[in-house]
Amino acid sequence: MKGQSVAEVDEPILVIENLSISFFTRARKIPAVMDFSVTVRPGEAVGLVGESGCGKSTVALGVMRDLGTTGRIVGGRVLFKGRDLAAMSDAELRQVRGREIAMIYQEPMASLNPAMKIGRQLMEVPMIHDGVSAAEARERAREVVADVKLPDPDRILDAYPHQLSGGQQQRIVIAMALMARPSLLILDEPTTALDVTVEAAVVDLVRGLREKYGTSMLFISHNLGLVMDVCDRLCVMYSGEAVETGAIADVFDRMRHPYTQALFRSIPLPGADKTSRPLVAIPGNFPLPHERPRGCNFGPRCGYFAEGRCDGADVPMGAVPGDDRHFTRCLRSGEIDWARPPAPPVVAPRLPPGDVVLRMEDLRKYYEVAGGMFGGGLAKVVKANETLSFEAREGETLAIVGESGCGKSTLAKVLMGLETATAGKILLYNEDIQDTPIARRNTDTVSSVQMVFQNPFDTLNPSMTVGRQILRALEVFGEGGSEEARQARMLELLDLVKLPRAFAERMPRQLSGGQKQRVGIARAFAGGARIVVADEPVSALDVSVQAAVTELLMDIQRTNRTTLLFISHDLSIVRYLSDRVMVMYLGHVVEIGTTDQVFSPPYHPYTEALLSAVPIADTRVTKQRIVLEGDIPSAMNPPPGCPFQTRCRWKGRVAGGLCEREVPPVVTLAPGHQIKCHLPADVLAGMEPVIQVAAE
Amino acid sequence: MLKFLARRLGALILTAFAMTVVVFALTNIEASLRKLAVSEVSSRATPEEVERWMERSGFTRPIPVRYAEWLGVAPAYVTESDGRLYGRCVRQGMTLADVPRYCGVLQGDFGYSKVLRDEVSAVIGRSLALTGKLMFWVMLLMVPAALIVGVLSGMREGSKLDRTLSTFSIATTATPEYVSGVVLIAVFASTAVGLRWFSGTATGAMEDATFENFFLPVLTIALYGVGYIARMTRASMTEVMTAQYIRTARLKGVSFPNIVMKHALRNALIAPFTVIMLQFPWLLNGVVIVETLFNYKGFGWTLVQAAGNNDIDLLLACSVVAVVVVLVTQLISDVGYVFLNPRIRVS
Repeated sequence: MKGQSVAEVDEPILVIENLSISFFTRARKIPAVMDFSVTVRPGEAVGLVGESGCGKSTVALGVMRDLGTTGRIVGGRVLFKGRDLAAMSDAELRQVRGREIAMIYQEPMASLNPAMKIGRQLMEVPMIHDGVSAAEARERAREVVADVKLPDPDRILDAYPHQLSGGQQQRIVIAMALMARPSLLILDEPTTALDVTVEAAVVDLVRGLREKYGTSMLFISHNLGLVMDVCDRLCVMYSGEAVETGAIADVFDRMRHPYTQALFRSIPLPGADKTSRPLVAIPGNFPLPHERPRGCNFGPRCGYFAEGRCDGADVPMGAVPGDDRHFTRCLRSGEIDWARPPAPPVVAPRLPPGDVVLRMEDLRKYYEVAGGMFGGGLAKVVKANETLSFEAREGETLAIVGESGCGKSTLAKVLMGLETATAGKILLYNEDIQDTPIARRNTDTVSSVQMVFQNPFDTLNPSMTVGRQILRALEVFGEGGSEEARQARMLELLDLVKLPRAFAERMPRQLSGGQKQRVGIARAFAGGARIVVADEPVSALDVSVQAAVTELLMDIQRTNRTTLLFISHDLSIVRYLSDRVMVMYLGHVVEIGTTDQVFSPPYHPYTEALLSAVPIADTRVTKQRIVLEGDIPSAMNPPPGCPFQTRCRWKGRVAGGLCEREVPPVVTLAPGHQIKCHLPADVLAGMEPVIQVAAE
Repeated sequence: MLKFLARRLGALILTAFAMTVVVFALTNIEASLRKLAVSEVSSRATPEEVERWMERSGFTRPIPVRYAEWLGVAPAYVTESDGRLYGRCVRQGMTLADVPRYCGVLQGDFGYSKVLRDEVSAVIGRSLALTGKLMFWVMLLMVPAALIVGVLSGMREGSKLDRTLSTFSIATTATPEYVSGVVLIAVFASTAVGLRWFSGTATGAMEDATFENFFLPVLTIALYGVGYIARMTRASMTEVMTAQYIRTARLKGVSFPNIVMKHALRNALIAPFTVIMLQFPWLLNGVVIVETLFNYKGFGWTLVQAAGNNDIDLLLACSVVAVVVVLVTQLISDVGYVFLNPRIRVS
């Protein structure tokens, strides 16, 4: 197989020509993908970028011909090595699936059979396709598991999926895809469910495997930075259509479609903060498939819209002169001045922070976990939070950064009163609240500390109108003396979050993700919250909506002088909007300081790795590549000494194995900048910046 | 694991205790005791005779004392009158010296059935064996049939096969045994249709079960259960078939039969397993109608006899057996769960 593909090096692996896919429901036909073309050459990695609902996953499933009972290819062709996939019989298709085209999925846990050992799931592939014996298949599975850099292959092969961590599961899914040495790999958002440092390691692995095997790839993602890291070419999709395709450098630096440009302008880049390069949200909403406008689909949201032309007929793809295979679906691409920067925004001055409103002193939260029934009932202690000390001032944004399991959600719970602290103090306006659970807090305290949740889809009651939900919050907080007063206040809150007043009558299911999150924000501010804990408030939203919701939070903060505790794993957005940053790892605060202090050297080694892991969608940026080995240790069984020592690349620079014995003391590097690290001052001073922006 | 089993055993004993307290109190209501006396002495007994019988049998003493005796923690009541011995420990041909001091459940003595004129333990043993035989064949027919129907209809939701089998399952579940039993007898065992393939009574099956005399009662019970289990299996199967790991298997190139057998089946059986285990207690008591219909003297039939005649000792024994069967099958189902679903650890 391999020998052949080298001989036919010029023939593309995959050609998609004018593909159209529709789903047929009882009510109507829903076109999901229209007139979509892309070519993948041998050894090439092509990225497919777009927001949720744009049809990128449908393209992948269309290639695999796995569209379910309702989906159908209604036009165009999919040629795989010159053979038309649409014309294949089921038996031929089974030969292609798994052997020649393999797929890697978004949620590794859901993609693995929970009741089957990893080994058997891997062995199945060569046993079906090459008819090898079980022993040989197992041998091959061992090799591939070692290839994806998993330790102790034998133990892994005998494990069930739930016994592995998310990162390990994703490596297994990748291993499964590689078992039959396919010539095309389709990756559907392979790292979305993973932590940043794990994501960086997986991406590194994918790149390494590509070099090793020369596999072609179709890489689906909503993250432009990741696509830039992995791919040679990309294809931007919007509302079922490809709007721009081309080489990475061409599209990133000389984009020729307004949507691509708007997308780039709506994501924060680590080279800039909110004053120098403000985020520009894309106005309006994504059109539903049956509500697409005439002419250009992006027309109604486009800043360059020309009436009579853009809404006339369907827009064809056109070549961009001067570039290699660079196409755009824009009639005006030749007329627009692409280099013109966005209109300078009204820059609101940064507010000076006020008095300290919240202070944590040596806060600890331990959980006791009962021992398993075979473990003889020994209780284990999970140290979710260890000696947290920090303060937050009025009108300030304090970002709390860290990966899953670092204790940031526990911190939020203790602050909210959903849990009580094990030791230490939480002072809210000089009042101790660490031992008061939320049920015993007075209305004032409850309404002044509020939360905006990560997933707006689950946090609204699906059977209550939007207005009713906000009114409920007002009633609970004792706002407004009468029903009329509350009604008026509710409408004001809708104004505050920039939703039309008519939305009060709507049900949550009629709202888009961004709109739901706005309702969540309105509810949090209903009682005049002084401190708002925003737990990854935009990570579940699409890129173009993220900017608008972030902007909204900042606006409300400025007018109300609210203290914002912004929990996030996305360092780009943290850099963009926060005043101070606190980095957490395994329950410890490892670094805290102003945004500039944290984002420039000297770093805590973990901060350095986190910064390096963030994918950046900017071709001018060069960054140091630091890939952390292994997973985050379990909080049940933390390593002795420094919590980060198992993955730290600087450990060798500390004399005498101190890192393995003692938890480092808090060192103050500059006023307000503290790190928890044993590294001597001269080593810290010699650290290089991770991210560097090349001068233009 | 041992700790888990010990805890479950404790729960079992506690439940059995609570259950017998309730049954004991209900069977020892004075009115029903008087009724018992009338049937024991003579239908024309005078109130004085009834009173004397009650006194002699020890029924006038407080209920807790009698319950303790039944349990075997208090010395049993014995009295002599007219040269005859009376009391729960007394059996035919005993002299006062022979009568044991304790004769409760703890001593392994469940008492004497006044209606069936036999030791309760013997009656229960016999009827349990008969119902066990019936249950075994029902399970053997019902479980595979239900699983096959459920898996076949669940693997392609909405297909013609699914709709046909679903109609069948709903129809059988909607038909109670006293309807399906009568219909089956009329069709296969009577002159009404003329197909005299099977016997309409299962009395002979108590001694020697053959396909001819045993198939109809087995089928009647199985049919009712098949639909129910099949519906559960179908629901679980359709859910599993839409799971992402099934898509993974499909896109690995696994053929459809192998997807169903290797990937879906084990996951799809987790939910119906509980339902199947819940069928045991239902079979134990729910077969009353079928046992009566086919004149098969199993556990259900015995229970009806005991309840109808206020046969105190027999009723109490029946309830103990029922509790034990329910809890033991649930214990088995919990342990079986662990083997089906690797994500669950017993704790």
